[in-house]
Amino acid sequence: MTETEVFMQQVIYGLSNGMIIALVALGYTMVYGIVELINFAHGDVFTLGGFLALTILGALGAAAFIDPATLGEGSHWLLLFALVIGCGLFCGVVNVAIDTVVYKPLRRASKLTQLVAAIGVSFILVNIALFWGGAPMDVFGGGNAAAASKDFPELLEGSNLLGEESNVVLRLEDIAIFVVTIPLMVGLTLFVKKTRLGRGMRATAQNPVAAQLMGIDTNRVIAATFMIGGFLGGAASVMWSLYSNTISFQMGFRAGMDAFTAAVLGGIGSLPGAMVGGVLIGLIRAMSDQYIETRWTNVVVFGVLILILVFRPSGLLGLKQREKV
Amino acid sequence: MKTVFARLALVLAASVTPLLGADTIKIVSSLPRTGSANAQTTSMVNGIKMAIAEVGGKIGDATLAYEDWDDASPQRGNWDPAVEAQNADKAIADPSVLAYIGTYNSGAAKISMPKLNEAGIVMVSPANTAPNLTKSGFGESNEPAVYRPSGKVNYFRVVPTDDVQGAVAADFAKELGAKKVFVLNDREVYGKGVAGVFEKHAKEIGLEVVGVDGLDAKASNYKSLVTKMKQAGAEVVYFGGTTQTNAGQLAKDIVSGGLKAKLIVPDGCYEKAFIEAAGSKALEGRAFITFGGVDPKLLTGKGKDFYENYKKTYDGEPEGYAVYGYEAAKVVIAAMQRVAAAGGKLDRASVLAEVAKTKDFTGALGTWSFDGNGDTTNRTMSVNTVKDGDFTTVKVVQ
Repeated sequence: MTETEVFMQQVIYGLSNGMIIALVALGYTMVYGIVELINFAHGDVFTLGGFLALTILGALGAAAFIDPATLGEGSHWLLLFALVIGCGLFCGVVNVAIDTVVYKPLRRASKLTQLVAAIGVSFILVNIALFWGGAPMDVFGGGNAAAASKDFPELLEGSNLLGEESNVVLRLEDIAIFVVTIPLMVGLTLFVKKTRLGRGMRATAQNPVAAQLMGIDTNRVIAATFMIGGFLGGAASVMWSLYSNTISFQMGFRAGMDAFTAAVLGGIGSLPGAMVGGVLIGLIRAMSDQYIETRWTNVVVFGVLILILVFRPSGLLGLKQREKV
Repeated sequence: MKTVFARLALVLAASVTPLLGADTIKIVSSLPRTGSANAQTTSMVNGIKMAIAEVGGKIGDATLAYEDWDDASPQRGNWDPAVEAQNADKAIADPSVLAYIGTYNSGAAKISMPKLNEAGIVMVSPANTAPNLTKSGFGESNEPAVYRPSGKVNYFRVVPTDDVQGAVAADFAKELGAKKVFVLNDREVYGKGVAGVFEKHAKEIGLEVVGVDGLDAKASNYKSLVTKMKQAGAEVVYFGGTTQTNAGQLAKDIVSGGLKAKLIVPDGCYEKAFIEAAGSKALEGRAFITFGGVDPKLLTGKGKDFYENYKKTYDGEPEGYAVYGYEAAKVVIAAMQRVAAAGGKLDRASVLAEVAKTKDFTGALGTWSFDGNGDTTNRTMSVNTVKDGDFTTVKVVQ
């Protein structure tokens, strides 16, 4: 492999991983923007999305879907989109339910109480995933190893699009990530900018009390925010599962950590910030793996985070925050 | 009222203590029961239970009880230093505990070894393979003395160590025809140790080590790292790590990243969970797993009896380490029986002394002894691969 090929390859991997991180980061940043809560359970809602995707594939008979011959041209994509939407909706509903049951009664409690509640919810979800992993289905290993990582089938054909001889590998999975994430991000931006509910969100983010006085149903806005954040997390979990071909009950931990870092890096509360932060973290990881050493990658990522926060305390694209309690 | 309860409690305590103290002795095990090692450790616990059932849960007049402790936490899905420390303290605090079977992970052993050493409790590991736990010259200069504050050896193991395993793996890499190897580890005691031995031996036998790195066990994928290994021209990738430190993901990314190298991994991946995590497609014909022992199906003599009994009792195939759990318990029980037969008092000191004397023990793993470091003299190793979704042995090295 020449140096250029290596660099190209790392850019592909960095962008692909980064786009997924960005999608998860949006969930953190949106919720924080509206209710100023670091939703630590977000990463674990993401985990449940991956488990649902594998359950659906298992129920459909995953094996049939790995063989391109059993399905017509294009139906893999159809299935993928169906999974993205289905798991997205599921995670959105779970997220709204968590908000209604746990966060809403604590809305006026101290920030610390809410934070601890979020961590508690996170633990509950991890354990739900653990039980789910023990489900008596073939795809879950017949319930023998609840905690083992599960193999996630390759929905899309796995050959190299640049030809088997090429040193640079570009697979349909990489393309799929862009095909799914970019429209979601564009759609979200348009939604927040153009729609009535989106305007309500921006108003609530700026000043919830004033927004309420202006007749905005802030509870509805908050529920919508959790719904959308969860949806993006669910969509991301399907893409992640497809890309890594593995799910495990702990997948949300690292995804959540990276995404939270991305959200802070880009400026928490800022939508474009989360997207930029996610992609940036993906790229930094890839470049550090290649040009420094894998064992230093976490140090590099968090080093960059600290550096950026020293010079721009509110993140890359974050606005100067009003006084927070 | 308070005083009544207090008195009642005293009476109860007085009547219960002698019952437990005099007649019940305990063996405990500390293994990661939460997390993906669960299938493996369940199988090991079954092995221990079989050994205890074989003596009818009795040593002389004393009742032999067994407790199965978990040294993992759900947050980590893997062994947890805090839990392992608690387990050691719990064992020390309970005077009826005469033997501690564990740990599974070498890193966990580092935590409990010095504690149990000071308390004089015999510790028999069915699975630790890091050489620096018992031998000098493999790790830090203060190892293994730092694990033996009392100066005495209380730690034994029934499994061959990684100085054998890493070397067997390097020899096998050469047999595969590789000239360039890339060495990875998971940055844990076990993984780093065995990868270090592999690297050293690979250089000795003339293989070129084109890269050494430690990976992040919680990363989502290793595609970037695979690209780096591809650029380095690796023909064999050695990963010192376990299923729990993401060996399955690495195997997959090697395939999807288009790296046409063989993968060799140590015994920490010799469990069904590894095949489940990687998917057998990513392993068949391209991954090799070394293991300090042989496939349970290939055991002979008492080992064959164990295998047959296990299948009958638990209605399933034992995992690779089940027989080591069984053997660890057997060797402790044999020592206890020798103490009882000689009319001695069953306590921590007498059991420890007898375990240390184990010589030419004929068990499920053949006939072997403990050497002065507490290591087994058994050195059987096997190289395995995956075929049709299950492990199959490629070769056995004596």
